[in-house]
Amino acid sequence: MPRIGVFVCQCGNNIESTVDTQKVADELKEMPGVAYTCSYKFMCSSPGQEMFKNAIKDNDLDGVIVSACSPHMHEKTFRKASEAAGLNPYKCEVANIREQCSWVHHDETKKVGTVKSLDLTRMMLERLKRNKPLKATSIPVTKKALVIGGGISGIQAALDIADGGVEVVLVEREPSIGGNMARLSETFPTMDCSQCILTPKMVEADLHENIKILTYAEVEKVDGYIGNFTITINKKAKYVDESTCTGCGECWEKCPFKADSEFELGLNKRKVIYTPFPQSVPNIPVIDAPKCPKIQKDKCGLCAKVCGPGSIDFTQKDEIVTEHVGAIIVATGFELMPNEHFGEYGYGKIKDVVSGLQFERLASSSGPTGGKIERPSDGKTPESIVFIQCAGSRDEAKGVSYCSKICCMYTAKHTMLYKHKVHEGKSYVFYMDIRAGGKRYEEFVRKAIEDDGAMYLRGRVSRVYEKNGKIMVQGVDTLSNGQQVEIEADMVVLATALISRKGADSFAQKLGIGYDKDKFYSEYHPKLKPVETVTAGIYLSGTCVGPMDIPESVSMGSAAASKALGLFSSDKMAREPITADVNKTTCNACWDCVTACPYTAIAKTEVKDREGNIVQMLAEVNVGLCQGCGVCVAACRSKSIDLAGYTDEQVYAAINAF
Amino acid sequence: MKIPYYPGCTLNTVAKPFDESAKASAITLGFELEELSEWNCCGAGFPLTNDNIMGLAAPTKVLANARAAGETVTTLCSVCYNVLKRTNKALNDDKERKATINEFMELEYDGSLNIVHYLEILRDTVGFDKVKEAVKRPLTGIKVGAYYGCMLLRPGGEVGIDNAEAPTIIEDLLSALGCEPVDFPDKIECCGAHLAMGKTDVVERLSGKIMTSAIESGAEVIVTSCPLCQYNLDKSQEKIKSSDAGFKTVPVVYFTQLLGLALGQSEDETSLKDNQWDIRPLLAERGV
Amino acid sequence: MKITLSKDKIESEGIALIERISGEDLKQCYQCGNCSGGCPVSLEMEITPSQMIRQLQLGNIEGVEEANTMWLCLGCQQCYSRCPKSVSAAKILEALRQLHLRKGEDHAEIAEMDMPLLKRGPQQAMVSAFRKFVS
Repeated sequence: MPRIGVFVCQCGNNIESTVDTQKVADELKEMPGVAYTCSYKFMCSSPGQEMFKNAIKDNDLDGVIVSACSPHMHEKTFRKASEAAGLNPYKCEVANIREQCSWVHHDETKKVGTVKSLDLTRMMLERLKRNKPLKATSIPVTKKALVIGGGISGIQAALDIADGGVEVVLVEREPSIGGNMARLSETFPTMDCSQCILTPKMVEADLHENIKILTYAEVEKVDGYIGNFTITINKKAKYVDESTCTGCGECWEKCPFKADSEFELGLNKRKVIYTPFPQSVPNIPVIDAPKCPKIQKDKCGLCAKVCGPGSIDFTQKDEIVTEHVGAIIVATGFELMPNEHFGEYGYGKIKDVVSGLQFERLASSSGPTGGKIERPSDGKTPESIVFIQCAGSRDEAKGVSYCSKICCMYTAKHTMLYKHKVHEGKSYVFYMDIRAGGKRYEEFVRKAIEDDGAMYLRGRVSRVYEKNGKIMVQGVDTLSNGQQVEIEADMVVLATALISRKGADSFAQKLGIGYDKDKFYSEYHPKLKPVETVTAGIYLSGTCVGPMDIPESVSMGSAAASKALGLFSSDKMAREPITADVNKTTCNACWDCVTACPYTAIAKTEVKDREGNIVQMLAEVNVGLCQGCGVCVAACRSKSIDLAGYTDEQVYAAINAF
Repeated sequence: MKIPYYPGCTLNTVAKPFDESAKASAITLGFELEELSEWNCCGAGFPLTNDNIMGLAAPTKVLANARAAGETVTTLCSVCYNVLKRTNKALNDDKERKATINEFMELEYDGSLNIVHYLEILRDTVGFDKVKEAVKRPLTGIKVGAYYGCMLLRPGGEVGIDNAEAPTIIEDLLSALGCEPVDFPDKIECCGAHLAMGKTDVVERLSGKIMTSAIESGAEVIVTSCPLCQYNLDKSQEKIKSSDAGFKTVPVVYFTQLLGLALGQSEDETSLKDNQWDIRPLLAERGV
Repeated sequence: MKITLSKDKIESEGIALIERISGEDLKQCYQCGNCSGGCPVSLEMEITPSQMIRQLQLGNIEGVEEANTMWLCLGCQQCYSRCPKSVSAAKILEALRQLHLRKGEDHAEIAEMDMPLLKRGPQQAMVSAFRKFVS
């Protein structure tokens, strides 16, 4: 006869108000196999746990049930305590009589709640009688991380992991790391130069012995599971031999062909062989193959002629490389809603209507105007600039429903930069609400208004159009009786919405992580697991999760790195033994389980005789990948799969006890 | 090719030039506007309230009659186009409402009518390149502002003859006729519409702003596709001129009048003399 | 003028009726003012479209009733077509007009209208105006 203990928790008044816990304990005491029961105020408290451990020892219990809150809350606590008392932790079960009972019943006579608690506990009792002691498994961990995306968030994550002594592969799609932060002029609220604080980090990453940077490269495929991922990366042809190129710049100096610069957001040209910006890391150019006459028509080839080390290689092809890593950090960043989206603001047709990021380039000392604020159309210094916030944000009808979060701050910054560079200039800001929740953010906005004279108008702009060489901005000031206002401006800056990257959804599917309606990646838990994803071993960082500013992106990079370092802290990692197991004698290799498994954890294996002939095919579960969801158990027609800790026998016994 | 045609109240009377020039141009371009044998007024405004089913009765009857004549119906008047198109959508969006109106009106209209504006026929069925080939009298060098107003364009999701913020369909037609279309910012603003009945001062201000915007952008002529826009712009000018000596008047004609002219109809056939501000001296001056 | 706010006023039957007739949810409006910014007649209005909605959000139907706003709306749909929340001020104003017209309170007298205009003007102007001003 088993000797089982039942501990009924009152949870202060949370359970006790609708459940007579003493009655539950008393009635359970009479059940066969039950050796000890009690009711207690707070089982999870230190004295509660101490009492729990002593009861196990004193009564020589071989199984325990804690009838309390959801196992999500304290299953770990009580299994640990059981282990401390010398019991196999998987002989400890939690019956949920709070979330599934006391909280949903309001019968103050306690009748309903008590009966249901009894049922739930008795069911658990029958299940527990059939529990086998289980042992946590462990899987090896490859101590190497992959960081996808070389913006500030990805760079921070890579640096932190590398400083922790673990190798990192940093994959970046563009020819240089740096991301959007490299485009910024100054940063709010401290007004330090973006490149001045970013480039040291880029160089540090480049020189770090533990970091391998792959630029102009994209992750094609992700296989494996936590601790053991296999990554297939496509390194696009740069047509430049990275091992010999010195970055001298002779090639892009001499290249006679130009194209629109992606880095300058169309405000300037670059050469066809180029690095995106002067401080590029690595400082190695790439050839824009579709625009290169040598590659397309075998004409020119001037870059190869002037290249001292002979690094230009027009025959280079894309290269597939494979990396084995234990953890992945996704830091793929954001893009901006294009100006062409905004019909009432001129569809991107009015040249002097630019995006906030374009304005950053105009204000940046390394930008196309050398930091002088000049209109793109004619290079004149604008005497007035209208800034329009929430362009596409908070616009359910034509844009996105969410707030892009950083625009209030960077717009205030833009008005300051403008005032500091063009003292006579006047800036106007149309806003709906000023969201300046952050350290010294509110003060920063007030400074823009009070010290630098930005005219803030609460209201939305209805229309922007051209008239006699001026840009007419027609909007409203809701603070002055909803009055229509019209401004003759020289330039308009749209604080366009931050949106997820094109293809973010298909990339998430490749990784097996979740995303929301706006295609931003989903955290495992928005509050308590903000960098984890539903797929173990894959972590999130930066604006691929949603709009955020630099400090947040950096914090998140460090947080994701610490999660990865935690994983790397031992050679093997423990895994819950709740995994599926295939009965080899009855499996008939129909592969329904293989199709059903959402984690690709079931493989088709061959059973061979001594001569090496295949005698049988079998399904086999990879315990490293198996998440214990049980889908295969339901799918198996020959009932050959069971889930440890949740065997058919256990489940049926529980149901029969009802 | 015969296309069922719903003229609506105004095109049969004060906007006859619109109707006649469109019909004659159609023949030249290889189709025929066949007026519905029975029709009534559309109501001259889509009922905006949610519970006003009565307001949908008149346009539903138009739709039912038109459906009996064919799968497609065309209109010239922007308001008729707007009302018929929105009514059709309102019926299709709410089956219960459709059933109620059919029952009340003793109709069996299923919502399957295709409502197209004459401009859409020119663009999508005939093709502006074919229109260009048919031009006998190119209106070379005449600077024309295409005034859309509201009803052809809004609401974008429901009416949408073209992009609601930056339409070009009329300009594209004007280019085919040899004109020089002039883009002006206020081409999508409202003329004052029914405030012509009683609040003419408001109409003068709104229409005046639109015309000034067109004139400042270089327009010598304004074309429209709505009899009420034509009326408001045409009639406001005298008053505006009396209070603002600097105001330069501008002929306001239907786009079909210029179309007819370019396709070879005479100035009489296109009723150019009926407009308050005569376009003929301009045509003569330019020798077209 | 001081407005005394109360739950009864904000959630009054009158407000519910306006929402019902117009099919619009007043709470949806977050007062960005785009409608007032784009409305071609907003300059002529005693209170602009967004203010009108704000007054109704506060439950101040009387304040809206007194203004000329509803009688000036042209139904041009500029407000609705640019509204980031897809709220139609035009529909709400139509509901306000209907509250009068359904009680037989006309805004115009046909007999007093300009006769030459009735004879020479486009019929659509008359039909449209009668629908907006006359019960």
